[in-house]
Amino acid sequence: MIEAKNLEKRFGKQLVFKDVNFKINDGEFISLIGHNGSGKTTLVKIMMGLEKKSGGEIIIDKKQTIGYVPQFRNIDLDYPLDIEQFVRLNLKWKLSPTKRREDNKLVNEILEKTHLTELKNRPLGLASGGEKQKAYLAQSLLNDPKVLILDESTASLDVEVKMQLMDLVQELNKKFKLTVIFITHDYELSKKYTNRALFFANKTIKPISIDDVSEDMFELGGR
Amino acid sequence: MFGYEFMREAFIASTFIAITAGIVGVFVVSRNMSFLSHTLSEIGFAGASFGVLIGISPLAGMILFTMVSSIAVGSLSTESSRREASISTISSLFIGLGILFLSLSSQSSSYATNILFGSIVGISSKEVQQLMILAVVVIFIILLFYKSLAFDSFDHIGASAAGLKTRFLSVAFLITLALSVSIGSQIVGSMLVFVLLTLPGATARYLVHSVPKLIMVSVGLSLAGVWLGLYLAFITNWPVTFFISSFEVIVYFLGLSYKNWKLNH
Repeated sequence: MIEAKNLEKRFGKQLVFKDVNFKINDGEFISLIGHNGSGKTTLVKIMMGLEKKSGGEIIIDKKQTIGYVPQFRNIDLDYPLDIEQFVRLNLKWKLSPTKRREDNKLVNEILEKTHLTELKNRPLGLASGGEKQKAYLAQSLLNDPKVLILDESTASLDVEVKMQLMDLVQELNKKFKLTVIFITHDYELSKKYTNRALFFANKTIKPISIDDVSEDMFELGGR
Repeated sequence: MFGYEFMREAFIASTFIAITAGIVGVFVVSRNMSFLSHTLSEIGFAGASFGVLIGISPLAGMILFTMVSSIAVGSLSTESSRREASISTISSLFIGLGILFLSLSSQSSSYATNILFGSIVGISSKEVQQLMILAVVVIFIILLFYKSLAFDSFDHIGASAAGLKTRFLSVAFLITLALSVSIGSQIVGSMLVFVLLTLPGATARYLVHSVPKLIMVSVGLSLAGVWLGLYLAFITNWPVTFFISSFEVIVYFLGLSYKNWKLNH
């Protein structure tokens, strides 16, 4: 479980959010919605310990490893590693052959889970947008996270590919009880896949039920 | 040709240079640091002439200057958009200084050309020993941080997201790069050391698709270049640097053509 109590964040004098209270239960699939600059990425960075909070509390069980799929990646056409090797970047160096075999098994399992087995030898630079997102997802699954954070992972994909990726995430969420935090600007996806939302507006964050999520909450600039 | 002592020394030295540059080059290219490695070569020249001026060894001067400046560039370019400008700034300063030091010292201009363009006759067995030790240090540092360095170099954003200390890795890598430049300058010269630090690593990217294979191919191409270069320089009496750079450039274009051919088939 992840819990925020009176959480507050400022950059210098500028307030990002305050009076933030919410709970995210294990196995939930939750959207983070709100206009650009409302602090969605900042919140997940605080969860991961990459950014300091300015006040209040955020409680995360230490055993709850977090996998984060960032919004941008610098992968151009000449990027040399193939999909499997890209995923393997997130492995630690192990000397023992037994441990290495375990690693190989784990990589194969994750490639299977993310439907990448057939594509594992394709250079990532030549992969399609959807395949790349799957590879990023697979890489972050390597640490066996209990919480998965997707930072606008579907933003640059066409509708069909978006759905495929989200179906995959939903499958992981249901089968492996993976908590999924989905930062998004996509109303349809939020409605279709997530159970609840955290709504970022007016310098605070409010948990709302998925029925209360409305299209105007996604408008550029927010309210 | 191995009957000559200087050729034996040159062969040993360049083998170590090629292995080091081949390994480091893979990371130079994937971290987009080709321009920096070129600049460090020029800075190495300034350092060597500084060493001559104050009476320490040129190698020590080079190591001093390249280390200080690579860390300076590293800390100046916190924004990646500022990196090119800060590299140009630092290199302008050091090229100017290099020319000043050289004119102040009593060494002849042929000495300067040795530093700049390299020489196979200018290397002593003591220098070969120093070079071997430094090469081992560089390879050791790379091995020590290999996994994290590979993650950060081939997926900087992913590595940051996974919580790696990317800033520390960057400094550690800059130090190995500075050392590699200083080592390489002994044979191929400071102006062209960057050939070995960039081209084999760049060519490898067109041929293979995993980090260990990239390193193997890069080291292989680098070794082939210096061995062939030394041999041709010996029989023709033309500069070794010319042969090394020509070889690496030709191989680069072959690699690029291979990739394009593969894309269309």
